[in-house]
Amino acid sequence: MSTHLVDVSGLDVRFGATHAVRDFSLAVAQGESVGLVGESGSGKSAALLALLGLHPEARVQVSARTLRVGGTDLLSATGPQLRDLRGGVAGLIFQDPLAALNPLLTVGAQVSEVLRRHRRLPARAARQEAAALLALVGITDAQARLGHYPHEFSGGMRQRVMIATALAGQPRLLLADEPTTALDVSVQSEIVRLILRLRAERGMGLLWVTHDLALMAGIVDRVVVMYAGRVMETAPVDALYGRPRHPYTQTLLASLPRLDRPHRPRAALPAEATAPGHGAQTGCPFAPRCPRRFSACDTLPPLFTDGATQAACWLLA
Amino acid sequence: MTGAAPLAEMAGVSVRYRRAGRLSHGLIAIDLQLAANATVAVVGESGCGKSTLGRVLLHLQQPSEGAVRFRGEDLTLLKRAELRRRRRAMQMIFQDPFASLNARMTIGETLAEPLVVHGLARWRDARPRVAAMLERVGLEPGVAARYPHEFSGGQRQRIAIARAVIAEPELVVADEPLSALDMTVQGQIVSLLASLQETLSLTYLFISHDLPLVREFAGRVVVMIAGRIVEDGPPDAVFATPAHPYTKLLVSCVPVPDPAQERARQAAAGNTSTIAAAEAPDHAACPFRSRCPHAMPICATMPPFRHVAPDRQAACWLHESS
Ligand SMILES: Nc1ncnc2c1ncn2[C@@H]1O[C@H](COP(=O)(O)OP(=O)(O)OP(=O)(O)O)[C@@H](O)[C@H]1O
Ligand SMILES: Nc1ncnc2c1ncn2[C@@H]1O[C@H](COP(=O)(O)OP(=O)(O)OP(=O)(O)O)[C@@H](O)[C@H]1O
Ligand code: SF4
Ligand SMILES: [Mg+2]
Ligand SMILES: [Mg+2]
Repeated sequence: MSTHLVDVSGLDVRFGATHAVRDFSLAVAQGESVGLVGESGSGKSAALLALLGLHPEARVQVSARTLRVGGTDLLSATGPQLRDLRGGVAGLIFQDPLAALNPLLTVGAQVSEVLRRHRRLPARAARQEAAALLALVGITDAQARLGHYPHEFSGGMRQRVMIATALAGQPRLLLADEPTTALDVSVQSEIVRLILRLRAERGMGLLWVTHDLALMAGIVDRVVVMYAGRVMETAPVDALYGRPRHPYTQTLLASLPRLDRPHRPRAALPAEATAPGHGAQTGCPFAPRCPRRFSACDTLPPLFTDGATQAACWLLA
Repeated sequence: MTGAAPLAEMAGVSVRYRRAGRLSHGLIAIDLQLAANATVAVVGESGCGKSTLGRVLLHLQQPSEGAVRFRGEDLTLLKRAELRRRRRAMQMIFQDPFASLNARMTIGETLAEPLVVHGLARWRDARPRVAAMLERVGLEPGVAARYPHEFSGGQRQRIAIARAVIAEPELVVADEPLSALDMTVQGQIVSLLASLQETLSLTYLFISHDLPLVREFAGRVVVMIAGRIVEDGPPDAVFATPAHPYTKLLVSCVPVPDPAQERARQAAAGNTSTIAAAEAPDHAACPFRSRCPHAMPICATMPPFRHVAPDRQAACWLHESS
């Protein structure tokens, strides 16, 4: 049995004709923090949901060679095993707080529910702990706020409620899908420090999906870059920022506006209306927009290894 | 704030929420004028009232006090039918894309609806315009037959943008419209918004947490805490030399894409907390007082909003003596 919290290989996710995730592999060790970045629609959320078996079987086809999370084999897991995994072993922060929170239940009831189920706290203690968790994520007047419904919170407060819910079960693994997009940078930096502290204290593993490459620089050990359902590059964080190898990663980093430097126009990619996932990919999926494409790119590149970096690009062959 | 009459204006606007018998303040005495064709960004602490400000400006929510004007007309006095006619000119991109989209309508219908409702097209001939709009936000026209839940977060956000601009409005309140987009798609949408502004003379109120993006996209920025505006000015100047201590805190928290620098920042921050205190706020005092490194006895009264430069204003007692 592997000691990794996440051990995935050959993961494919299909929404009917849309092939959203293709041959995806990922390992996250205990206490490790991994960042997942990539173009909008490249399959990041679809991959994350597959890790907890959250895709409805009837409409979504999920297959993999290995799909193991926190010691549970998702390819053969039973209902009770899945329930222990979700919210207990692994906490998930959804990309969309409004869709993830129940509009008909108070925020206190939703956080308490996790505490009662996964930490077996009695009702009163669960309420106390729920208030403490809300205060921890910076919700002012937390005790009074327990009785409020999600619509009475601001966007960023809802996001923090979801973070509190995900942390409530004291998970060994935290899966976070764009967890701080609705937070101002000052609250964001507090939340990040909170999560990193829990990681240090409990050896919690982290998988962050984010578009914020500046934020990610300080919070992960390793980065996985996706494009059109596939992994394009994976590298230790310093190598990725210091010497990005895949042309897509290079474009991503080149288009960052920075407050500490004078403004300059962004590096633009040729615009392409993408509906990732349709049809077979015979060549490199990035080729139509790649500034460095050459004849070899008509064939799908495998992941080439160079030092600690792996990149799916013929330039590394 | 030029001589010309503003396109939209809020004067003395307050919003109070009553929850379980307790009163809380969403907005306090807001005065804000938006010049036509301007891009004004709103930044500030999570929960400080930015989304409320946007909704009140478009009259999607009634203020408890104060006037909201569009082209000089007080919207709070308009009848429902008249207000509906004005709607085309004023669009909102909601912070949560699901709130902008109807789960039971296809994307094609969602984008055609504003055209049909405002008599700009019939259902049948809306299709080419819908297809063109989808392409401009980086989506294949073929997706028109799909439903909102079949998209990724960033794709939904782009559909919400497309819906807001397709009927060619005059004022758009965009609440965190680009937060779910990767850098390259974000660049594409920023140029789309800029080119629409040029061709349609659009005015944007742009709510965002992304300070570098605000500097790139907006000509003016307004900084809020706890329901109040505490600083106002051009983003370049405001971020380079913040006049308000809260703005200074915000700027110091902006991450940079450099792992070594970011790790050093984490280490330096240690366990100090800058999050708002747990007790309910005191509205007679400066809203930043409990966290401000410069707080003085006088900060127990709310400082006035004063010019600190010809094109800049701030509400902080530090600027009263000079
Ligand atoms: N329920 C669904 N039915 C059909 N297609 C879907 C569904 N969910 C996602 N897709 C498609 O699968 C692809 C991957 O979606 P996913 O949500 O994983 O993207 P993402 O990388 O998380 O993007 P973003 O950064 O915009 O959130 C997209 O092209 C999307 O349109
Ligand atoms: N319908 C409501 N009922 C009660 N309180 C509300 C309601 N809507 C908003 N509030 C409160 O008003 C305050 C301001 O909310 P608003 O959504 O405007 O904040 P915001 O600045 O947009 O925050 P964020 O950046 O987190 O989205 C918050 O404290 C919120 O809880
Ligand atoms: S008014 Fe006082 S407390 Fe408020 S920001 Fe200025 S110095 Fe700080
Ligand atoms: Mg996503
Ligand atoms: Mg908001």
